[in-house]
Amino acid sequence: MHDATFLLELGGVILLLAILARAASRFGFSPIPLYLLGGLAFGQGGVVPLVTANRFIEAGAEIGLILLLFTLGLEYSASELVDAMRSNAVVGGIDLALNALPGLAAGLLLGWGLVPAIFLAGVTYISSSGVIARMLDELGWMGNRETPFVLAVLVIEDLVMAGFLPLASVLLVGGTFVRVLLSIGVAALVVIVVLTIAARYGPAISRAVFSRSDEALLFGILAVLLLTAGVTEAFNVSAAVGAFLAGIAFSGPAADRARSLLVPLRSVFAGTFFLFFGFEVDPGTIPGALPAALVLAAAGVATKVVTGWAVARRGGIGPRGRARAAAALIARGEFSIVIAGIAVAEGAEPEIGPLAAVYVLLLAICGPLAARFVDRRAATSTPA
Amino acid sequence: MAEVSTTALPGIGIRYEFVAHDGHRIGVVHHRSGVRELVRYEGDDPDTSYDLLRLGPEDSRTLAELLGASQVSRDLAELERDVEGLAIDRLPLPADGPFHGGTIGDTGARTRTGVSIVAVLRGDAAHPAPGPEFGLLGGDTLVVVGTPRGIEKLAILLRSG
Repeated sequence: MHDATFLLELGGVILLLAILARAASRFGFSPIPLYLLGGLAFGQGGVVPLVTANRFIEAGAEIGLILLLFTLGLEYSASELVDAMRSNAVVGGIDLALNALPGLAAGLLLGWGLVPAIFLAGVTYISSSGVIARMLDELGWMGNRETPFVLAVLVIEDLVMAGFLPLASVLLVGGTFVRVLLSIGVAALVVIVVLTIAARYGPAISRAVFSRSDEALLFGILAVLLLTAGVTEAFNVSAAVGAFLAGIAFSGPAADRARSLLVPLRSVFAGTFFLFFGFEVDPGTIPGALPAALVLAAAGVATKVVTGWAVARRGGIGPRGRARAAAALIARGEFSIVIAGIAVAEGAEPEIGPLAAVYVLLLAICGPLAARFVDRRAATSTPA
Repeated sequence: MAEVSTTALPGIGIRYEFVAHDGHRIGVVHHRSGVRELVRYEGDDPDTSYDLLRLGPEDSRTLAELLGASQVSRDLAELERDVEGLAIDRLPLPADGPFHGGTIGDTGARTRTGVSIVAVLRGDAAHPAPGPEFGLLGGDTLVVVGTPRGIEKLAILLRSG
């Protein structure tokens, strides 16, 4: 009977994901906010809490996190990241200052202590490259002049996160000042070593792993991915970062094929990841988190609008393009949840779970709405 | 050919842009997935692009063919991307150079520089995979494959023998 319950529960969860994904695609929205809602409804304290499948879903969520970061890394090559960092350092600085500080301040005002506040800063800082890239494509904004600047902001954010996650993980472990400093040194060293290997030997690794057989290629990629994630985790550098760096290492035809092979797998496990995050949040804590989340979301819209406007303006973009860049950057999504998820898993601050869930729910929906609004206004005022 | 400006779209692909003969600005977005978007800039907002066409990988090949592009050079560009250290270039054969009226074998390109001449473009026609006996004329364009250094040497060779 145990097996039947397990399969039924798991099947129920997947059915839920199917329904949510269908609803999201129907309305042309990111499914992330819906997955979170689904998780809230069926997790602890929800309508129908799961019992047996929970373990499996937890493991699935971990794989989802790794695949999420890996496919993100696949989108970039090492040289692209270095170029973006060089030519847009100022832009990245503006973005970081404007969007991380509100989270940091809010965390401290809520009396959470410095480390959870730093995690909240990460949550408010990072835009959702997944939601935004899809939105740019759907709205036909890829050819627009301001789009390279929007993408540059996203690249830098992703890169900052590769530095942020290990740092934050080390801070979570804590210890004496010297120990923390030492761990940060080790973490930085590991990231630099892996990044150097990715930059220098990426093409060679890609060639070695590449195979005409999809199966051989898939296993090769997964092996590199999981081993890198494991090694970084062993050094306390968060498996997510290892996965991201492994993704950067792949380029050329290996990366193209890897994308098409792994994206369906990623969708399954990433969906599980968001659902699991929702599971872990007790719906009873949502009302308490609501005021802070609303204030933070309002601030989050304002700071990203200022960022987008300023960034596009620096690039010599006209007012309408600036408005589009401003609206495009609002959406937060997967990575805010990733950051909050790590904080929750390590027991840094239980309140960050519901707060991040509501925050992302609001902004993953507001962002694309704002973009469409700007788009429609432009369309009505210009004879196309 | 109009001057084409290139903009990287990190994580997405590349955007090319040029000013057409009638003053319109035209852009092409190369998605990494192989999708190509053809866009146009006009109206009172210079930053907005209007979608003209969205093409799948096969569609853009077909369209390029219909528009009269040479398939050879595009396939070579793909090769260049895949093989590290490999360079592909087009070298003009000077009309007053030593090989006007000579053959590919006469240049000794392969033995002296390690560079292969994989096609000769003459007027509108492309001659792929020419043999050593292929006769060269001043004004031909040679499509060559080799190391960047080898190609540099060959360029000098074609001018001065």
